[in-house]
Amino acid sequence: MGIEGIGASVLRKEDKRFITGKGRYTDDMVVPGMKHAVFVRSPYAHAKIVNIDTSEAEAMPGVIGILNGKQLTEDGIGNLICGWMVHSKDGSPMNMGAWRPLAQDTVRYVGDAVAIVVADTRAQARDAADLVNVEYEELPVVTGVEDALAEGAPQIHPEAKNNLIFDWVLGDEQATADAFSKAAHVVKMDIVNNRLVPNAMEPRAALGVYDAAEDHYTCWTTSQNPHVARLVMSAFYNVAPENKLRVIAPDVGGGFGSKIYIYPEEIVCLWASKRTGVPVKWNCDRTEAFLTDAHGRDHVTHAEMAFDADHHILGLKVETKANLGAYMSLFSSATPTYLYATLLSGQYNIPAIHANVKAIYTNTTPVDAYRGAGRPEATYVMERMMETAARQLGVSPPELRRKNFIRSFPHQTPVIMTYDTGDFEASLNAAMQAIDYAGFASRRAESESRGKKRGIGMSCYIEACGIAPSAAVGSLGAGVGLWESAEVRVNAVGTIEILTGSHSHGQGHETTFAQLVAERFGVGIDSVNIVHGDTDKVQMGMGTYGSRSGAVGMSAIVKALDKVEAKAKKIAAHLMEADEGDIVIENGELKVAGTDKTLPWFQMALAAYTAHNLPSGMEPGLKEGAFYDPSNFTFPAGCYICEVEVDPDTGKTEILNFVAADDFGNIINPMIVEGQVHGGLAQGIGQALLEGCHYDPQTGQLITASYMDYTMPRADDLPSFQISHQTTPCPGNPLGIKGCGEAGAIGSPPAVINAITDAIGTNGLSMPASPQKVWAALHNA
Amino acid sequence: MYETNYHRPSSVEEAVSLVGSTESGKFLSGGMSLLPAMKQRLAAPSDLVDLRHVEEMKGITVNGREVRIGGAVTHFEIKNSDEIKSVCYGLHHMASVLGDPQVRYMGTIGGSVANNDPAADYPAAMIALDATIHTSKRAVKASEFFVGLLETVLDDDEIVTAVSFTAPEISGYEKFRNPASRYAMCGVFVAKTGSTVRVGVTGAGADGVFHWDEAAQALSANFAPDAVANLSVDPGGMLSDLHGSSEYRANLVKVMAKRAVASAK
Amino acid sequence: MTKVAMKVNGRQVSGEVEGRTLLVHFLRENLGLTGTHVGCDTTQCGACTIHMNGQAVKACTILAAQAEGTDIVTIEGIATGGELHPMQAAFKQHHGLQCGFCTPGMIMASIDIVNRHGSDLDEQTVRHELEGNICRCTGYHNIVKAVLAAAGAQEQRQAAE
Repeated sequence: MGIEGIGASVLRKEDKRFITGKGRYTDDMVVPGMKHAVFVRSPYAHAKIVNIDTSEAEAMPGVIGILNGKQLTEDGIGNLICGWMVHSKDGSPMNMGAWRPLAQDTVRYVGDAVAIVVADTRAQARDAADLVNVEYEELPVVTGVEDALAEGAPQIHPEAKNNLIFDWVLGDEQATADAFSKAAHVVKMDIVNNRLVPNAMEPRAALGVYDAAEDHYTCWTTSQNPHVARLVMSAFYNVAPENKLRVIAPDVGGGFGSKIYIYPEEIVCLWASKRTGVPVKWNCDRTEAFLTDAHGRDHVTHAEMAFDADHHILGLKVETKANLGAYMSLFSSATPTYLYATLLSGQYNIPAIHANVKAIYTNTTPVDAYRGAGRPEATYVMERMMETAARQLGVSPPELRRKNFIRSFPHQTPVIMTYDTGDFEASLNAAMQAIDYAGFASRRAESESRGKKRGIGMSCYIEACGIAPSAAVGSLGAGVGLWESAEVRVNAVGTIEILTGSHSHGQGHETTFAQLVAERFGVGIDSVNIVHGDTDKVQMGMGTYGSRSGAVGMSAIVKALDKVEAKAKKIAAHLMEADEGDIVIENGELKVAGTDKTLPWFQMALAAYTAHNLPSGMEPGLKEGAFYDPSNFTFPAGCYICEVEVDPDTGKTEILNFVAADDFGNIINPMIVEGQVHGGLAQGIGQALLEGCHYDPQTGQLITASYMDYTMPRADDLPSFQISHQTTPCPGNPLGIKGCGEAGAIGSPPAVINAITDAIGTNGLSMPASPQKVWAALHNA
Repeated sequence: MYETNYHRPSSVEEAVSLVGSTESGKFLSGGMSLLPAMKQRLAAPSDLVDLRHVEEMKGITVNGREVRIGGAVTHFEIKNSDEIKSVCYGLHHMASVLGDPQVRYMGTIGGSVANNDPAADYPAAMIALDATIHTSKRAVKASEFFVGLLETVLDDDEIVTAVSFTAPEISGYEKFRNPASRYAMCGVFVAKTGSTVRVGVTGAGADGVFHWDEAAQALSANFAPDAVANLSVDPGGMLSDLHGSSEYRANLVKVMAKRAVASAK
Repeated sequence: MTKVAMKVNGRQVSGEVEGRTLLVHFLRENLGLTGTHVGCDTTQCGACTIHMNGQAVKACTILAAQAEGTDIVTIEGIATGGELHPMQAAFKQHHGLQCGFCTPGMIMASIDIVNRHGSDLDEQTVRHELEGNICRCTGYHNIVKAVLAAAGAQEQRQAAE
């Protein structure tokens, strides 16, 4: 592999700018004449806008302009849309209500944007925004899915009767019913997956610059996918044609899904820049982020699992109500359907599955994909069910799982997916060994001697990354293709630029992508630059989400590298008068196999550009591009085991040990992969133990709207993690990689809850397992 | 935050007169409560009068068991004071678990006592230590100083210049943090001198900090964790919020009291 | 508007600010020192941590006027002569950062932790001492490793100075 090639824990190239304070995030950008925007937002969860009076605000110092939804409509700016069409079981298309970037007639959640104030300074804009007098007529509010579906519930969008967006099914209902009729045991559970706020540490921001002379817009924004932002803003929101709109996502301080979507603010900043004639920057504060960043999860599920007398699973029935909030965010329809129900086979042979998902509008912040997106919800259902089944059937949790593992591949599940490869038992064994599962009983006894309650719980997850192929997702309703593009530019001096449509906001692409080149050509990673995040530089890309940058983004680079290698070999063969098939590339040199003839990489590159002596008919230069469309999803899988100790006096849970045994296929940079797992685990443990949104059901106010009330995992909430890898290379892509960005968040919540419920001896416990809740569960048990 | 005017007096007298001359001025000590409130536009003082440069409000003096701590002394200084550590373990421990390291460098005991946030730590210590709160106008016993949630006997132009107390023989403080904010959801300070025990409770009471008479009585007879085991706390008098119901807080009061006794030095 | 003057990263600086201007905004907007970040409104995330008179404080909860006459060090000011501070080097060496947004505050807080504890640090202490800093990417695992590793190196450098 070489010290900088595939498999090496190369230190990150991008770190230096971040550790020296030289990272360049959107809010760091300054352009001449730049002014500042603050949004006027609805304080009500549901209300009619009767009147907007800006006279007092306009008189405030520094105010340049105050714009509202009526003006936005006049200028032809379109509705925000959901880009994935899901059909109900009766064949009807989803009932999508209109989402105006600035609400014109009705506000539907607390934080809905109503107007934008542009002023010389942010403080002045805020002062003026406070004086924009919006007259509202309050409407009744609904925040929960059950209430929203109830007869007589407040109607949020005229398009969605009874707030039902779709009523979707997957799987064979009759086969599942037949399976249940033969069951010896049926396990039934009601399961809630708590609503989360992604909380990337960098709040969202946008800087819109309209150049009147060129009739051209530039948008700096906190995006995971600037090209998709440009596409959507052009094609659907009528901000500008693509050739008149440049979107730049510079350093981005974490995304976790929340920065996939194109939000009202970037649209409005661009439009406001034209309207006011000044560059307009908006930077979100944290409470605003809590109110307006797309939230994650929020499922209410009833599930039933049928077993035969020998404890083999016969069938699974799942009914889920998914809260999508007040508007349909960009991929909101896909998350609780194709990214959720398709994973309900878990790691197990289940002959029949039937899932029904109802998506529902409520007067809450829009919900969309958050790290894991559907797969954490599926895994939580599966692994809480398996643990509960083991308890009810009186068998050991690992043995029940072993008995039902899928062991031959490819495996077609009853819910669309074809698992390509895996070795679930290897991860289970590794995790059990790492945590000394066999020694748990004596550790529990030791805890009991100190008056503490100890528990152990596991989760065997499987997930799907690199959502693909484009034709398949298109047939399921996706509005975009899910390929990736890459361009490899070899400069005349042999240094290399890789232009990629993937976006790095913490994942370390500038290092791992360079490692591919080091592996291929033996050049140092310092001579490789990764260019991303700018629609003027990179032709097109689909961005980073769904753990796709490795499996899809890197595969595109590999395809482009193949083309570069082929041309480089042709040039070298020509210059060294050898057969093309005899050229090998090693350590930055092109060699003729079996001879001492060599040509340094840079000389080959120079020859490509001087073009003095190229093979007949060859074009000068050395630059190749590729688009890669995968043939299938990839299927990372693994086993997580959590050991906890509960203080029965306070209900506080301490995680004593957490082991992760993952199969990510081949690994490019173990250090970075482990870092991704750590972060995912922290978010998953956060969901299980600490985090959760709480809305006041009467008013629709978000109670957990700051770090004073929303529990973010801190260093002392978490343990150090023990991580291992079991590898079955993915057969679906040239690198054999599967994706590692979300697994930690997907697999860990059920392991934590299974451990706590094991400790306290009662199975009914919802996330987050806060001290109060655990204490109450113990107290009432 | 709304615009405000900043002032930096160098004496208590100057500070008092400055605040008196403003429309709606406030004293600014460490600013760890006031500035966040101003940032959220929940407070809008016309002027801020910074007390961190008032020399007479600085310094810790310990004479035998008599302790006096200036109002502008930071949590970090209290935590770092060997003298405090040697005469009053409970207060030393409190200062080392109060806020986070960055907050401890800025926040002051005077600011915290004057603000009387129901989730603040010091009020529990002041009550249990039977401390005297010295202001620019008077000296008040802690038991009379704290009136209710965010309420004290202070006038608008009155500054907490120092606190003083006689160090107990042993003292201890244990708290249970709100998982999100990390403020005390319940903090119990126990102080014992001779056969007298006092118990201050913060974070839990619906009316703010209080002295838990029953526990003090029980512990006076038997200073052991088990002494409070059979007491009951009325949830009716407890705060209730998302993170802790009144029943849960009532439980925490007892549990933290036991632990404070167990860890007292 | 009032004039404030202070020392920032060894250099005497001054500027006109409003009474309400926060130190973090003075650093970022007046001085262009954008390495100090703002991640919350409630003095909890610590992304804005800097050193004021040698102590780690949150620049989002200090007025620029309060910092008048102080000695401020930001993330841009800790590498000397082109050489990374041991804490910076340790964060890189141990992959203690991902998106980099919390990193400047983490590093400034961590230097302060070592200043107070020296090399006498264990994992539990580091985790407690990081209470005032929130990271969403790393799960803290590698940050803790970096701080522990840097503790020895930082102490050595200070002894040499």
